[in-house]
Parts: sequence; C-alpha cells; structure tokens
Amino acid sequence: MSSTTGAEIVRLEGVTKRFPGVLANDRVDLSIMGGEIHAIVGENGAGKSTLMKILYGLYRPDSGTIYLRGAKQSIDGPGRAVALGIGMVHQHFMLIPAFTVTENIILGHEPSRTFLNFKKVATHIGELCRKYGFSLDPGAPVSSLSVGEQQRVEILKVLYRGADVLILDEPTAVLVPQEVAELFNNLRALKAAGKTIIFISHKLDEVLEIADRVSVLRQGRMVGTVEAARTDKRALAEMMVGRPVLFDLTKPQVTPGDVLLDVSGLTVPGRGTRPVVNAASFKVRAGEVYGIAGVEGNGQTELIEAVMGLRKPIAGAVHLQGQAATGLTPGELRRRGLAFIPEDRHKRGLVLPMTIWENLILGFHRDPGFSKPSGLNLKSIMSHSNEMKKRFDIRLSRLENPVLALSGGNQQKVILAREFSHDPRVIIASQPSRGLDIGATEFVHQQILKAKGAGKAVLLLSADLEEVMSLADRIGVIYNGEIVAELAADQVTPQELGLYMTGGKRQTREGVPA
Amino acid sequence: MGVSELLASALRMSVPILLTALGAVYTERAGVVNIGLEGMMIAGTFWGAVGSFYYGPFVGVLLGMLAGMLLALIHAVASVTFKINQIVSGVAMNILAAGLTRFLCIQFFSMATTSPQVHSFKAWSIPLLDQVSFLKPVVTGVSPLIVVALLLVPVTYYVLNRTVFGLRLRSVGENPLAADTLGVNVTLTQYAGVLISGALAGLAGTYLAVEHTGMYIEGMTQGRGFIALAAMIFGNWAPVGAMWASFLFGLSESISFRVVASKIPYQFIKMIPYVVTLVVLAGVIRRATPPAADGVPYERGGE
Repeated sequence: MSSTTGAEIVRLEGVTKRFPGVLANDRVDLSIMGGEIHAIVGENGAGKSTLMKILYGLYRPDSGTIYLRGAKQSIDGPGRAVALGIGMVHQHFMLIPAFTVTENIILGHEPSRTFLNFKKVATHIGELCRKYGFSLDPGAPVSSLSVGEQQRVEILKVLYRGADVLILDEPTAVLVPQEVAELFNNLRALKAAGKTIIFISHKLDEVLEIADRVSVLRQGRMVGTVEAARTDKRALAEMMVGRPVLFDLTKPQVTPGDVLLDVSGLTVPGRGTRPVVNAASFKVRAGEVYGIAGVEGNGQTELIEAVMGLRKPIAGAVHLQGQAATGLTPGELRRRGLAFIPEDRHKRGLVLPMTIWENLILGFHRDPGFSKPSGLNLKSIMSHSNEMKKRFDIRLSRLENPVLALSGGNQQKVILAREFSHDPRVIIASQPSRGLDIGATEFVHQQILKAKGAGKAVLLLSADLEEVMSLADRIGVIYNGEIVAELAADQVTPQELGLYMTGGKRQTREGVPA
Repeated sequence: MGVSELLASALRMSVPILLTALGAVYTERAGVVNIGLEGMMIAGTFWGAVGSFYYGPFVGVLLGMLAGMLLALIHAVASVTFKINQIVSGVAMNILAAGLTRFLCIQFFSMATTSPQVHSFKAWSIPLLDQVSFLKPVVTGVSPLIVVALLLVPVTYYVLNRTVFGLRLRSVGENPLAADTLGVNVTLTQYAGVLISGALAGLAGTYLAVEHTGMYIEGMTQGRGFIALAAMIFGNWAPVGAMWASFLFGLSESISFRVVASKIPYQFIKMIPYVVTLVVLAGVIRRATPPAADGVPYERGGE
C-alpha cells in the first residue's frame, strides 16, 4: 500500500460508542492527514483508547462511519485493520518474553505456512531496522531487552505487517526520558518515510514536541483539532479539562520541624556482590518533602522497600519519630504512623478484585472503628467509605464494585484516601502520579502539599524530574544505589540534576558518601 | 552382568517414559497441563494389545495411539473449551482409563486383568554396530518403536523450533493473549498439543504391551505417565532434556530389576525409580522454567 502524504488518509464521522452506563465516544469526527504525526489527547476516560480501538477493529461503533483513503470501510476486526494498513502498538506490550525479537515479530504472520527460514526473516527485519534507524538484535530474547527496546519490537511488528498508519497508545507512559527521546527519533524517521502516526497521550509537553496536529477529546466528545505550532500547554490543558489548570504549584511555607524519618547508612544486598543500596543516608523533617530523584533501576525501589520493612537491609538503621524502626514489619511501621503509596498500585497498593470499600480499609480492618467481635462493622465502614469518597473525590458508581473497575486516577485516590485518613506522621510516596492524567496528577500533588502543610514528613520518589522539583524541598539524587548528592530544590536546575542522575557528577561533603 | 547389558535394559525401560515425556512437551508448551497422560498410556497398553492380538502390531500401534488421542480429546474439550481445571480433568482421565480398560478387558478377553500373548514387531539389529561386541546387547533385538522414539527427539526439537506450528504452539503456552491478538487460533493450537500428547502416550503404552511384555497386564504402566511428566520437567520442557531425564529414570528402573538378589528387601529396590523421581524433582524444580501460561486456561478478556 502506498502512502499518501498530504492527503486525508483516515476520516471518522459521527463515531459513537456506548458501554453500559458510559457514553465512551459521542459523535466524534476526526480527520488524519497522510504523513503527519497526529496526537490525540484527553484525560483518562475521555474516550481516546476507545476511539482508537474502533479504528483498529477491536470495537464496533454503535453508529458513525470510517473512511480510509476516501473509501468507506467496515473494520470488523484487527485482521481487517491490518489488511487495510493500520497497525496498533498497545500500551501494554503483547510480547512473549521467552521468544526472540524475530520470533515475536513474525508470530501470526509467518512468511511461510510450514517451515521457518530464520535467515531470510532476519534479513528482512534487519532491513526494516536499518530503514527506520532502529537498533535491535533480531536474535536477542525479548526478556533481555529494556522497556524502550521492547517497544521498538512492538513497532517493528506493526511495520512488518505492512502498516502505514500506526496507532501508538500512550507510548511514553512506560519510558524513561532517554527512551522517550529515542522513540521520538524513531517516530520522526517513520514520518520521513511517509508513515502516518496517531499518537495517544496525555503528556502535553511531549505532544507539543512531536505532533503536527493535536485533537482533544473530553468526556467522549471531540473538543477540537489544533496545530501544535499554534497552541501551548495551557490552552491544551484547558481544552482537555474544561477549566484552567494550575501548573505552578505553590508550596506551603512551613518551617521544618523535628526529624521524623531518619535513614542512616542503609545498605541492601543485591543479586551479585555489589549492594543495590549502598550506605544511603537522609533525614526527612516534619513539614518537609524530601525528593529522591534517579533514573529507574538505581536502587530507589529497593531503598523504599527496605525502609518499609519489605526487604532486609544488611547494614544501617531506620528511625521513625526518633525510635529505632529497622527490621519492623510493614504492619508495625504503619501502626507507628508510616503511610505508603507504592509505585505499583496494581501489585502493591490494591487488591484489584476486591471491592472499593474493602480496599479503603485494607490493613486497618482490625481497627476498633471497623471491626466488632462478630466481624467487620459494615455500618461504620460504609459511612467511612462514603466520607472518603467525598473527601478524596473518588468517582465511583458503587462502593461494592471491585476496585479494578475504577480508572487509574480513581484507584490512586482510593490509596490516598486509605493512607492519608489515619493521620500518619510520615508518608512515603513512590511514583505517586505515574500513569495518571492531568486532573488526577494535580489532585495527588495537592494532597502531598497539603500533607506537608499539615506538618507531615513526606518522602517522595519519582522518575519525573519535574514532579520532584515542583514538590520537594530538598532532593537526594540516587545513582548506582548511592545518594550522590543532596540539593535544595530551589537552587538546582534540571540539567544539573540530570548530570548527577547519570553519574556525570557527584557531591563530596559531609553526610553524603563520596 | 555387564555395563552394556545394563545400558540396553535402561534404553528399553526409558522408551515408554521418553515417548510420553515428548508428548508432555507438546501439551505443556501449548499451555495445557496433562496429568492424564498416565491414563492415556493405560489406554495405549490395552488397545495396543487388542489391535496386535487381532491384526498384528501395526494395527496395535494405530489403535493404541487412537485410544490415547480419544482420551486426550476429552481432556481438551474439558480443559480448553470448557476451561475446567486441567488437573481435575487430567485426574478424571486417569480414573476413566483405568476403569474402562478393566471393563473392556473382560469384554474382549474374558479376563479382567490380562490379555493373551499378542504379536510383536520383528526385532531389528542395527547393521555394523552389532559387530562391536560392547554395543551388541544395545543394538541387537531392538524394537522398531525404540528407534521411532529416539528419532522423535530431534523431530520434536525441529517441530518446536523451526516450524510455524511449533512457534505458534510455544506462543500459546507463553502468552495466549498476545498470540490471539496476532491471529493465532489459541483453541486449535492447544487441541493439537493435547492430541499429540495423547497419541504419544498411547504409543508408549502400546510399546509396553506389544513390545516390552508381549501382552496387556492391568497396571503395567506403574505410574510411568507421572514419571514422564517428571522427566519433562527435569528436562526443562525441551525434547533433548526430556530424553536425558527419561534415560536416567529408565536406568534407575533397570537397576531396580537387577539388584533383586541383594539383601535389601525387594520392596525397597522397587522404590528406586520413584525415589529418584522425587529427589530429581526436589533438586531441580527451582531452576526449571515452565512456559509462562502453563496450566492457565485462556479466556478472552472483555477488551
């Protein structure tokens, strides 16, 4: 199929999709030009993914028409979409870790029906890689690849099937900044080769950087399409949310009080001989947000797990409110006023199939308020849950629904409600806004600053530099398991932080290991 | 008692385990646990004997494999189509096979637990190799089914790793959702894996009855179907590994036959293969890597 740069390649007219209780897409019109990078933005639940799944044939629209290259098409399944030259890279990769890159790419679309000629296939894949500037070893098992490389395999899968319209669903959500830069280079190469790219995102900075045009969805409706060069973040955010959005957070001015969390010389063994966390020391005071910045995989997860009692340190100590707290169980730590927002809310933060109200009291279910000798005190739990729903603005239809039915933002609100409602003294927030849209991120940030204003000590861990810099008072940079620098947030630039984060620079002063 | 005689005996003992273990590789790489292999082997012993008794060993092989496949089909319908717990369904196959075989044995042979003597294949001698005196016991009087079993090892390797069918089979066992979205027919592929395992277990049973003993005896599989599963795990879900593991189990079995004359009570000697199985599995299970979706029924999600 030849690419048709400049002419309209995809046109949606009046596409409507209704799910039980939700109007996911409401008479959406969309026009995509051949050879452009077209971003589709909107908050979680705005209907971006639904719209794209309709284009890819995963959903049938209730009404509306799809035109491809001017011809009306009925796309009744992904197979039809692929035949029409449409490919989709899903947010959650559909890869087989035990397979090689080549095996993953050809699966389901093998060059012959019987025997596999890997040599021939590898040559073809090598050609695709060269053409679009992808660096990948076709023989490497996917399990050995970084997330960014795995994404490249997904894109290659789509290209191998001959797509010239590529749909990328939140492709940057899983990437670290360096990988985002490489993805954007790949996308530019694809665009230069005449491919059309539909880029779903809610990260406005990225959208403005990569897209030619931006279409905004809000609550299932198309708000409008604008040229990226003629708009800015503020205007887009307002289109998305329907009201002005505050990007500059005002930190409440609080004089830091006593040291509530004191981590000294904490060392956690790794798989090899080198510890994953090496003599990490820092103090977090009441009314202070202490940020830990670092490229993912430098020991921050293990550090937090050691502080939380989920992992055993071999050296060092943790003091909570002045009392020794090393080696205590998570339950004991929580009773002593430690709250925890884990980085993976699906695995650690929630029990997804359990109801919303159950998740709201998890870990506190033995509290006198929630239990009575005969079992749970449902009456008080329900009134508590309803109160939490109001206070934390959790959008839900029924408290009895499983928490997995909620959107990511609302799931995070359930965790915040649970963790913040028991008056903790110290809050550990690990990647608190990961995967959340603007509105939910704003809410999480406000809650963290509110906690700081209320005199709590907050330890914030984030891969998002902007988040760390806008929330934290002091920032510890972790590199290779060591805290290599400790800086005041208002006296440091992102570039400088980046230098520490990648090991290009380190501080040598008292209290920080050299 | 020479080393070469022991090896020859070990090879013969390992064949039924090997065939069934190869079958287990197919089904488990497709993501379906088939603990009913023991039952499919039992069906193979009986129907192999029936076919061989009436029409000769070729028909015996055919009937034995068909009988294994029929049970496998039931297992596939239950566990793939109806998503019944694969262990439960497999156990049901074992019970069904044991009960049905006894019933049919009375119908066919008017005896509950044994068949009359049945025809065997003409044994082969491997040319040239039978001139080497050390190898003589190993390469003379060889059942053709032994050669078939050994040939199936590279064949299975090739099928799994170098054919489209093998790629799809493995993809279904690793990540059925991904395979499904890429247009692989998950159900059909899993059926194929389960049916192949049934055919091979049936062939293994036929070998036991027709070639090894020359008649059907109730309970003659002696848990070899389960040992084959252990061999497949020990062999890390791969044909070559399964072959070495089967040989180890075959060796331990043949040793248990040969030390009858010692002072150790006979019952303890008979335990050797099973103890070896337990020890091997306990030692190995931690570094084994099963297919990621092994034993998990695949259901298409809402999305």
